[in-house]
Amino acid sequence: MGIWEIIIFSLIKIIILVVVILLTVSYLVYFERRISAWAQNRLGPNRVGWEGVLQPFADVLKLLLKEDIVPNAANKPIHSIAPFLALFVAFSTYAVIPFGPNLRIFGYTIPLVVADVNIGVLYVLALTSLGVYAITFAGWSSGSKYSLFGGIRSSAQMISYEISMGFSIGGVLLLAQSLRPEDIIAAQSGWMWNAIIQPIGFITFVVSAFAETNRLPFDLPEAEPELVGGFHTEYSSMKFAGFFLAEYANMIIAAAMIVTLYLGGWQFPYLETFGLPYGLFVAISVLTFAIKLALLLFFFIWVRWSLPRFRYDQLMNLGWKVMFPLSLINIVWVAALIMIFKI
Amino acid sequence: MADKKRLKDLTTWQKAYIPEIVKGLKLTLENMFKPKFTMKYPEEKFIPTGSYRGRPVLVQEESGDERCVACGLCSRVCPALAIEVQAGETDREKERYPEKFEINMIRCIFCGFCEEVCPEEAIVMSKDYELAFTNREDAIYGKEKLLVPVTQLQDRINFLRHYK
Repeated sequence: MGIWEIIIFSLIKIIILVVVILLTVSYLVYFERRISAWAQNRLGPNRVGWEGVLQPFADVLKLLLKEDIVPNAANKPIHSIAPFLALFVAFSTYAVIPFGPNLRIFGYTIPLVVADVNIGVLYVLALTSLGVYAITFAGWSSGSKYSLFGGIRSSAQMISYEISMGFSIGGVLLLAQSLRPEDIIAAQSGWMWNAIIQPIGFITFVVSAFAETNRLPFDLPEAEPELVGGFHTEYSSMKFAGFFLAEYANMIIAAAMIVTLYLGGWQFPYLETFGLPYGLFVAISVLTFAIKLALLLFFFIWVRWSLPRFRYDQLMNLGWKVMFPLSLINIVWVAALIMIFKI
Repeated sequence: MADKKRLKDLTTWQKAYIPEIVKGLKLTLENMFKPKFTMKYPEEKFIPTGSYRGRPVLVQEESGDERCVACGLCSRVCPALAIEVQAGETDREKERYPEKFEINMIRCIFCGFCEEVCPEEAIVMSKDYELAFTNREDAIYGKEKLLVPVTQLQDRINFLRHYK
């Protein structure tokens, strides 16, 4: 492949990915509202279009027409940068997540990942840590004490949970001996899913992922009863929508990371032994990825409407005294497995 | 106090946290599939029982006459001053009839005092609850809107005879 072909294929993949993610995010919001309603014995939005399927577009239109209010006390440049930073971080992370095996079409072999880089996992970790800046900037620049509290809580929370997240990834890296997402997926062929081999690491990673995405039970940065709206108290119109979008986009990343690192990525167990034609194999693999992702996203929403929020000291206790040691134990466990079975 | 066992102390199993989370998740999942009680309003309508106090109406006999004798008690008792009655003479044995009977539906508070005070069982509360107006004039209901055949009001009349 020449340089132009690579550029064209990458552009096509980026466009498809961005469109799919935007659609997923809007329907995630819709399903969040429907599922919350169902869990509370209500019906949820079911008026706009068939069963309310056009609700997300109505919401976006409403937000677009709202007045954009910036408080006088706000630091204006940072106040306006923050939501875009959040969006940038949320969207650029998808670049390294593979959503299918190599596609063979018109004599080309196209990997179904935007950027096949050998430090993919590191890239994701780096970018998600950047996401804290968006929230902290938003909290600090709003010039409101509620926002500031939200920002401070967010940074403290993210720092403590990123440690256990990083250490739980350590176990995965030991097994795969690579930071490249493709290699990590390849190391989980068949039923050798990391979620089965290292359940402790899986649990700590999932819990940290909840904390990283600011979802309940860890949504202290935007705890409504205490902090009004948390870091986005002073945001309105499309800037608010930016944070909203970023939150759900982050949820998709977290779910995609869990799928890639722990649930075998796009692999359907033992699918390659069925002797299917290659096109069908690719289609089933992509579908498998989508289904795994959808189930995890449902899990995220389901947990949100089941569990109460942590108190702040409980959050810190859990992060430092439980999650951190557990992720260390997980590394020891994986290392022992490698020693014994010589995987 | 540390050694005293309290009711709120958690057992080790509860402190493990994950089993309790699973219990909570199970509860919400069960509730997701339970039937919903919400009524899809414009398509599905709520049909009240006889005890419901909707829009007050005047009872019209099967012969087409109204029962009201224009005594003015309802207008007198109305706490919101919503009812206006003007009596007229008739040559029948019932001597008076309401020439004008108006209820201002913006003022009406659906207390049911008019129905309670009425000696002739002529004004009763109906089951009609869909009251929306686009201007104030429309909200003043005259006799043509208030008169309702007695057959449609049988539920409420039976209720009143039993409980009033």
